[in-house]
Amino acid sequence: MKITRREVEHVARLARLGLADEEMERMRAQLDAILTYIDKLNQLDTREIKPTSHVIPMTNVLREDVVSPSLSQDQALANAPDRHEAFFRVPRILEA
Amino acid sequence: MNREPEYEAVIGLEVHAQLLTASKIFCGCSTRFGEAPNSQTCPVCLGLPGVLPVLNKKAVEFAIRTALAVRGLIAAHSIFARKNYFYPDLPKDYQISQYELPLSTGGFVEINNDGMARRVRIRRVHLEEDAGKLLHAGTMDRAEYSLVDFNRCGVPLIEMVTEPDLRTPEAAAEFLKEFRAILQYLEVSQGNMEEGNLRCDANVSVRPTGTAELGVKTEVKNMNSFKNVQRALEYEIERQIRLLKSGQPIVQETHLWDATQGVTLPMRGKEEAHDYRYFPEPDLVPVEISPAWVEEIAASLPELPAERRQRFVQAYGLPEYDAAVLTASKALADFFEECTHRHRDVKLVSNWIMSELLGYLNREGKEITESPVTPAQLAALLKLIQEGVISGKIAKVVFEAMYQTGKSPEAIIREKGLIQITDPEELGRIVDQVLAENPGPVSDFRGGKEKARTALVGAVMRATKGKANPQLVNDLLREKLAGGKVHPEE
Repeated sequence: MKITRREVEHVARLARLGLADEEMERMRAQLDAILTYIDKLNQLDTREIKPTSHVIPMTNVLREDVVSPSLSQDQALANAPDRHEAFFRVPRILEA
Repeated sequence: MNREPEYEAVIGLEVHAQLLTASKIFCGCSTRFGEAPNSQTCPVCLGLPGVLPVLNKKAVEFAIRTALAVRGLIAAHSIFARKNYFYPDLPKDYQISQYELPLSTGGFVEINNDGMARRVRIRRVHLEEDAGKLLHAGTMDRAEYSLVDFNRCGVPLIEMVTEPDLRTPEAAAEFLKEFRAILQYLEVSQGNMEEGNLRCDANVSVRPTGTAELGVKTEVKNMNSFKNVQRALEYEIERQIRLLKSGQPIVQETHLWDATQGVTLPMRGKEEAHDYRYFPEPDLVPVEISPAWVEEIAASLPELPAERRQRFVQAYGLPEYDAAVLTASKALADFFEECTHRHRDVKLVSNWIMSELLGYLNREGKEITESPVTPAQLAALLKLIQEGVISGKIAKVVFEAMYQTGKSPEAIIREKGLIQITDPEELGRIVDQVLAENPGPVSDFRGGKEKARTALVGAVMRATKGKANPQLVNDLLREKLAGGKVHPEE
């Protein structure tokens, strides 16, 4: 077994996912299958190979430090579930 | 100042500084401070789906400048990473930062602590984006709701992390001041803690003095001034020592400094926040920094605070302390040097800046950039002292008026009629009169009391409202008292 139920619960909590009991087990089994598949890579000798962070052979895509127009306040807030004047309004952050 | 010599603290700092670019790090939105809420956002910095960030070249250059100034090793190949956590000031639910392969590793900053030069090693310098700004209705844990302004979201930051080389709160504050001076000299950040463009978190642990093993550390956040950094660390160190002494465990957690209560309090609700699940940012390609690019930036580095301090000692013969005060900010050091270009007596210039100008500015909590007196005006005042037009004492009166009105010293001297009396005949008449009016001290002096002459000098100064040339007063008194001509023949 590549992943325990506890680990799945932890990852679900980090991702703010509320999983029911049977979903938890289904996820565990699926993640286990994925990790087992990925584990095949460990059969290869990668000692001489640099870690690959990006697959496209490009570097230094940079822009000049020039200001361009922003959205209007109303455009920026158009999708907000809740707003107060020109602010996004969100529920209390820390537990009381 | 160690109240508990049997324990020592181990402190490492994590400093964030906003870079002075015109636009954000991954989009073209303006970084201007104090604009209307959510007026400087776009799909990129709001984290809307389907957008691509593009790295601001100037932010990279500013980070390289900073890294070179702390003698870091610039990475030839560096990548960005996603730091994943949920917080309402972070619209993408991850912050683009650097984790593996940061822009720069290693380096050091030298600080002067307890009269000794100490090297504080730097672990890394990297680039990341700032988060938005939260406003809480009431206190953070009781607020019914919070408001979010994303103008700050995506403003470029450099993060600088030190090794745990600091041992006292004073040294930590000293380091922070030196690093701020470096940022300001480099002109890459305003470095103003109160305004939040320079922020500092600290990792603190204590251990029995002389042992090598590190104790359990806590992270202290929310210290928004140099003074608060020092106070928060003092509090946290004492708190940990108290726990150790009573045999209680120290819990590894994040504490927030509460400046009004003067305590650090554990932060609740973020227990799992440290599990950030970093991974390489797929939307940004790697940055390759060629030796040529590094050299070009290295060649453009200005004189740094430590170098300037040393030059002030060597070239101007200033004491270390004076040199440190005068180079604390670039603007102040520039002010001083502009004065010295106009006035040769460097010691006089430094004394007047340190005791008079900084005295007035500090009383009003002002920076040198807000000085109503210009370097040219101060130099003109010093010239007038040296030419004997006014005495040093009168010059202080003139300076106060210059500070209040911003007028030139010549104008103030003219208006107030403060020109020094240097004419022997004019002053001679006044001396004669003073001697006639003070027969007591005169006979005391003649009776051998040398001290009586001081009283007579004071009387002449009073009679001239301080405008008499002191040397001339002394000469005239000596001559007239010796000559016995107390009363002018009439």
